[in-house]
Amino acid sequence: MRTNGPLALVFHTIFVVFMLAPIVVVCLVAFTPEGFLSLPTTSFSLRWFRKIADYPEFVHAFWVSLGLGALSSLVALLFAVPAALAIARYSFRGRDAVAALFLSPLMIPHVVLGIAFLRFFTAIGMGGSFSGLLIAHVVVVFPFALRLTLAAATGMDRSIEMAAISLGAGGWTLFRRVTLPLILPGVISGWALAFIQSFDDLTMTVFLATPGTETLPVRMFLYIQDNIDPLVTSVSASVIAITMTALILLDRFYGLDRVLAGKSDPGR
Amino acid sequence: MSAAVDTAAANAATADARDRRIPWALTAPALMLFVGVLVIPLAMTVMLSFHDWGQYKGIEPVFILKNWREIATDPYYAEMFWRTFRIALLTTLITALLGAPEAYILNRMSGRWKSFFLLVILGPLLISVVARTLGWALLFGGNNGLVNKLLMSLGLIGAPLPFMFTETGMVIALAHVMMPFMVLSVWTALQRLDPQIENAALSLGAGSFTIIRRIVLPQIMPGVLSGAIIVFSLSASAFATPAIIGGRRLKVAATLAYDEFLNTLDWPLGAAVAVLLLVALVLIVVGSNALIERRYAEVFR
Repeated sequence: MRTNGPLALVFHTIFVVFMLAPIVVVCLVAFTPEGFLSLPTTSFSLRWFRKIADYPEFVHAFWVSLGLGALSSLVALLFAVPAALAIARYSFRGRDAVAALFLSPLMIPHVVLGIAFLRFFTAIGMGGSFSGLLIAHVVVVFPFALRLTLAAATGMDRSIEMAAISLGAGGWTLFRRVTLPLILPGVISGWALAFIQSFDDLTMTVFLATPGTETLPVRMFLYIQDNIDPLVTSVSASVIAITMTALILLDRFYGLDRVLAGKSDPGR
Repeated sequence: MSAAVDTAAANAATADARDRRIPWALTAPALMLFVGVLVIPLAMTVMLSFHDWGQYKGIEPVFILKNWREIATDPYYAEMFWRTFRIALLTTLITALLGAPEAYILNRMSGRWKSFFLLVILGPLLISVVARTLGWALLFGGNNGLVNKLLMSLGLIGAPLPFMFTETGMVIALAHVMMPFMVLSVWTALQRLDPQIENAALSLGAGSFTIIRRIVLPQIMPGVLSGAIIVFSLSASAFATPAIIGGRRLKVAATLAYDEFLNTLDWPLGAAVAVLLLVALVLIVVGSNALIERRYAEVFR
C-alpha cells in the first residue's frame, strides 16, 4: 500500500477544515459573552446556554423531539423486525416488490412526504395531532430500521435456530430466546439510526408540526427564519454535543461505517 | 452429522412449502401501514394537484389542469426548476471532485488515523442539518463574515463576495451537507479494490498519475456515480439549506412548495410543484441507475 504524499496531506487538511468549520464556529459563537453574534476572543461565557431555560419553546420542542424519536423508531421496529425476517428467510412471489415498497421512503423527497401527510391527515381530521406526526415519522424511519435488521437477519447463523428447533423450541419461544438475541445488535443499531433520522428531520416535520407539536429542528428553523442570535447557536451547540455523544457510543458499539452504510444509497 | 443437517434442511423445506402464508403474515402489518399511510396519501397528493383553488373559495375538488398549465406556461416555474437542478448539479460536481480524492487519501491512511478521520468526515451526516447550515450562515454572514475575511487576507479577492442569499452560498453549504454521502460511496467502492493491482502497476513502472488514471479511477467510478445520484437527488429536494442560505426570494422547488402550502395556502399548486419534483427525480435516478449498471455491468457482477 502506497502512502500519502505531502500534496495529499495538504488537500486532506483543507478538506477536514472545510468539514469541521461550520460545526466548530457554531460551538464557538455559542460561548460568546457578548449580546450579539461574535466569536469569543478574550473570555468564554455560558450566558447563552443559561438563556435557553428562559425560552420554554426550545425546551418543550426538545422533549417532543426526544419522545417522537424514541417512540417512532420503536414502533417502526415492531413493524420492521417481522418484515425483515420474512424478507431474509422466505423467497416468496413479490418479495422484491415488497422490499422496494418498504425502502421507497428513502427515494421520495421529504418535501413530497410532508405534503402528502399534511394532505392526508387534514383530510381524515388528524391534522396537527401528535399521533399523525408519530405515524408519519414511523413511515419515514422504517427503511432505516428495516435495513439494519435485515442485514442482521441475513447474516445470522441459522444452525443455532435449527438446534433450538430440534430441542423442541418453537414459535414465540424460538423468537424470544434464540432469534431475537442473535439479531439484537442489528435491531438496536436500527433503532438508533431510526431515532437519529426522526430527531433530525426538518423537511417533512415542518409541514406537520403545529405550535404544540413543534420538534427541535422545526423550532430552530422557524427561529432562524426570524433572526439569528447567539441563543440559537447555543441550542445548536447543545444538539451537536448530544449527537456527538450518541455518535461515539454508536461507533464503539457497532461500528459507524456499518451504521452509515444503511443510511446511504437511496437508489438501490 | 451431515445426514442430520440434511434432514433438518428437508424438514425446513417442507415447512416452508406448508407455510407459504408465513412471509405474508409477517409482512402484513408493515404492508398495511405502507398502503394506508404512504400509498394513499401520495395518491391523494397527485389528485390534489388537479384541484382548483381560489383566495376566497379555498380548495375545490374538481379535475382541472389549471395548476399544471400554470407551471408549464409561467416562466417563473421554469426558472425555479432550472435553478433547483443547476444547484443540485453543481453540488454533485463539487462533492465528486473533492470527495473522491479524499476517500482515496483516507483509504491509504494507517488504521487508527483512518478510523479517526472517517468519524470526523462521516459524523456530520448525523448532525442536524439546521445546525450545520446555521454554521455556514455564521461563516458567510454579511460583508465581514469569516469566509470573506479569510479570502481577503489570503489576497484571493479584493472586495467581499456576497454568499448569503446567493446560489454560490447555497452550493457551498449544500456541498458540505452532502459530502459525507459521496465520501461514503467512494469509500465503499475502494474497499472492493485490490491494493496489489496498484503495486503491480507500480512495479511495472507506472507513475502515480498513471496509476490513478488507469487503475484506480476506472474501478471507483461506479462508486462515484452512485454517490453522484444520491447527492443529486438529495440536493434537488433539499429544503433546510436553501431556505436558510437562500432566504425568502431565492426559491428552489422544495422551498416554493413549502411557501405555497404554508404561506399562500394554494395547496393544489404546491402539490403540483412537489409531484413534478418527485416525477423528475424518479426519472433521473432510475434512468441513470440503469445507465450505470449497463456501463459497469462487470463491476456489479
